[in-house]
Amino acid sequence: MTEDNPELEGLEARLETESKALHVNLNELKSGGYIKQRQKDKFTIRLRCPGGAMSVERMRKIAEVAEKYAEGRVHLSVRQSIEILDVDIAHFDAVAEELREAGQDIASCGPRVRVPTACGGCEYNPNGLMDTQAHALMVDEKFFGTECPHKFKITFAGCQIDCPRARGADLGFVGQVEPELVPAECTACEICVKRCEDDALVMVDGLPVRDIEKCTLCGDCVKACPFDAMIQGQAGYAIWVGGKGGKKMRLSDHILDMAQEEDVEGLIQKTLDWYIANGDKRERIGRTIDRVGMDDFKEEVLS
Amino acid sequence: MSEANAEKIDDVLDLRGVMCPINFVKTKLHLETMEDGSVLEVHLDDGEPIVNVPRSVKDEGHKILAIESEDDGSWYKLIVRKT
Repeated sequence: MTEDNPELEGLEARLETESKALHVNLNELKSGGYIKQRQKDKFTIRLRCPGGAMSVERMRKIAEVAEKYAEGRVHLSVRQSIEILDVDIAHFDAVAEELREAGQDIASCGPRVRVPTACGGCEYNPNGLMDTQAHALMVDEKFFGTECPHKFKITFAGCQIDCPRARGADLGFVGQVEPELVPAECTACEICVKRCEDDALVMVDGLPVRDIEKCTLCGDCVKACPFDAMIQGQAGYAIWVGGKGGKKMRLSDHILDMAQEEDVEGLIQKTLDWYIANGDKRERIGRTIDRVGMDDFKEEVLS
Repeated sequence: MSEANAEKIDDVLDLRGVMCPINFVKTKLHLETMEDGSVLEVHLDDGEPIVNVPRSVKDEGHKILAIESEDDGSWYKLIVRKT
């Protein structure tokens, strides 16, 4: 869907001639989640499903629209959103309108903030430490569609198992927790020591002592303790930036531990401000960081 | 561990050689057959069983009284009060 795509110019002409009442204009076509298929005049319409969660009522509406205006088939995008397949351009308007009435918006493509993804988080996942679903909805509300030098993907993982791969996103949040020992409850069973994969706990005078340098704040010791001795202290997010897939993958860089819930919005805003000010056109933030320097990025975003 | 030593053990369940999570399921089902307040001693292997089962039993609402290492930590006694 580049600007010099002759097929798109043809579409523009057809859109103008075929429907005077068409609410979906070409700008929306470019910024929205309309993805051209191989088949002539057929598009995949990507829907906006932050965190991959929705009511079945909304799902039914999507199913109804997919049957009414397309072939009754959907695809689940790799970033958790439902895509309606095989929609003819003549039906863009009706599809968007009917979905909007049911509270279902179209996603974005191109160089902007995409629909955020998230695991179940602490709401119902036993491992979840942070409310990833709530934070995905916040990002969707405040940052979705923000114009950037290139695409910008934000992902929330409730714990360090990182199922949604926040450490491969442009900006990733990974749940963490500070373990706290209640010495009076400890029976020196050493299960926490056995559980720790980072060798961060050692027994000293009958109590587990944590090596802060080795501890990754994963919370496994808290989850393993069968008494009320190793308990959950403050939770937060580890922040990872600059990950991308594509032909030349880039792993994310770890820039901060234990960011608090109330800091999330500000961190995203500062990251986007820096990226928009420094990024070249069609350059992902990881490459901008490589070119301009991590020190510069950290100074702007973390100070 | 003095608390456990003072407890009368009502039943013993040897789950050495039984893998996760079957060892937990057997412990849970066995506890269901016991009277409230009675005490079960479960034998568990080192490794995953001793790391996983005690916490899962606690999460079921039972009270872990003690965990005792046997034969230099090659297996463990988990002492649980049905609650």
